[in-house]
Amino acid sequence: MTELPTLPVDVKAVLSGSSSTVAATDYSEGMSYLESLPRRLVTLYLPLAIIVFILLFPFYWMGLTAIKPDEQLLDLDKFNPFWTWNPTFKHIYKLLFESYYPHWLWNTMYVAVCATMLSIFASVLAAYAIVRLRYRGAQWVGGLIFMSYLVPPSILFIPLATVVFQYGLFDSPLALILTYPTILIPFSTWLLMGYFKTIPFELEECALIDGASRWQILTKIVLPLAIPGLISAFIFCFTLCWNEFIYALTFLQSTQNKTVPVAIVNEFVDGDIYRWGSLMAGALAGSLPLVILYAFFVEHYVSAMTGAVKE
Amino acid sequence: MADIALQPRTAKPQIREATTWDQLRTNRNWLGFWFMLPAMAFLIFFLAYPLGLGIWISFTDARIGRPGVFIGTENYEWLWGDSIFWLSVFNTLLYTTVASAIKFAVGLYLALLLNENMPFKAMLRALVLIPFIVPTVLSALAFWWIFDSQFSIISWSLKHLGLITQNINFLGDVTWARACVIFANIWRGVPFVAITLLAGLQTVQPSLYEAATLDGASKWEMFRFITYPLLTPIIAVVMTFSVLFTFTDFQLIWAMTRGGPVNATHLMATLSYQRAIIAGQLGEGAAISSAMIPFLLAAIMVSWFGLQRRKWQQGENND
Repeated sequence: MTELPTLPVDVKAVLSGSSSTVAATDYSEGMSYLESLPRRLVTLYLPLAIIVFILLFPFYWMGLTAIKPDEQLLDLDKFNPFWTWNPTFKHIYKLLFESYYPHWLWNTMYVAVCATMLSIFASVLAAYAIVRLRYRGAQWVGGLIFMSYLVPPSILFIPLATVVFQYGLFDSPLALILTYPTILIPFSTWLLMGYFKTIPFELEECALIDGASRWQILTKIVLPLAIPGLISAFIFCFTLCWNEFIYALTFLQSTQNKTVPVAIVNEFVDGDIYRWGSLMAGALAGSLPLVILYAFFVEHYVSAMTGAVKE
Repeated sequence: MADIALQPRTAKPQIREATTWDQLRTNRNWLGFWFMLPAMAFLIFFLAYPLGLGIWISFTDARIGRPGVFIGTENYEWLWGDSIFWLSVFNTLLYTTVASAIKFAVGLYLALLLNENMPFKAMLRALVLIPFIVPTVLSALAFWWIFDSQFSIISWSLKHLGLITQNINFLGDVTWARACVIFANIWRGVPFVAITLLAGLQTVQPSLYEAATLDGASKWEMFRFITYPLLTPIIAVVMTFSVLFTFTDFQLIWAMTRGGPVNATHLMATLSYQRAIIAGQLGEGAAISSAMIPFLLAAIMVSWFGLQRRKWQQGENND
């Protein structure tokens, strides 16, 4: 499995649009000059605008609902639902000061950071061993790790619930910190294997001759060179943790211990009335950390995503 | 220097016997073992063991708080005659096929559009990916609100356009509810498919298109005979992942409908959660989730053969 060919995908080029595989001459304009503007308007800009509108509308709607006063939310005849002239921060205030929301945010952050750290540590070692130590059966183990990437949480949560219960981890963040790596390790190992392969092994040979141990080679030579890969893996793992739902739903019970996704689904319903404003404010606030992270590391993000697929 | 080298050594340097400790420290296989240990421990204790345990539980009558006894295939026999289970299998297959097919079509189309040269290209590409990074549950909640029976913005718009007179009961009607969850799934999945395929598209040499243009090929022919064949390997992988994660989807359904109305949107994953955790019938729930394994294996086989195909397509060995 580790012998899969890799497409020479240049991540920077995917985002910036400038193809650097053909570095010397810029082909990015391509043959588009052959098309007239009206034609491009219909075949390119219009469909693109529609798709992007559909993809982004829910976020606009979330944001708008979060700042609309209640009476405007519930009376669609008197007020135009697409806009509001008197925004209110009541929902957000309620969310931050009259609920456990900050608690939940903290829990999610704590679990995500710990689980990600653990997984990156484990997968750096594993990926290095598979790619560079090439012990007996390394290829085989690499294949197995890829396989475990394909085992979804929805078939594991029932037995894991009994395991978690047996170990006395039920309703503690530790249960999530220990189970999330099963989702993260296969992915990040596979990603890091790809990165480690690109580091010339001559560097390691030099270090070996100079008397460095394998551990020194890993920490002083390979890791500094693999920093982009580490950032990609970290960001993607963090996002996966934040997104995880079924384990958190099954293993956590008390309100204070919940993570944002689970808490929002379960705790924001008063009897029969949904507190739409706070609900949407909560959903928005829960997405913001990831969107901000994403905005800073778009390139790493895309490289993680395409890396996971192409390896 | 030369003299020193020529001088006979007075004392033979002692060659230490390689102790067991040295072997453990430097032997390639042992080192490999130590390096693999953390990852393997996680995967064995929290993945491989539960996977086996799950299959075992499906053959017992375990409930929450009570370990079960072996009852053979009784759970499966019971499921065989359970119409709700079959409904959930039907729903899962419907959900997976429709959502994956549309995700693929729209994703490929979007990738082709994004691959064109235009202003603000980089920003557009970054924007498109946002639905994929926002936690599924949170965007599902937005859809829950958009598809609300009374205050839906879609109903409102259609009413004001004069197309309908009554609010559409999006999540309360069987067909509409299915359509809505499928739509939400597509909405979330398209960016992933589009961006990964875009990465594939960028590896296609522009000179191929130029040559084809000179030969008088139409746009469609260029797509059919240049773009598509070159993209097949990456399509195979992306679609396997897409199918796999759509098939085992849980959170979107749970946040939007919880399987309702009248079980019309229950997938196998949600049904197993309901039976195992809410109703406490661990054995039965485990049987439902174990029933997903054959389908997953089929998806993995597709991925495997898709990957195999890549090798001869590129006509070279790797690395």
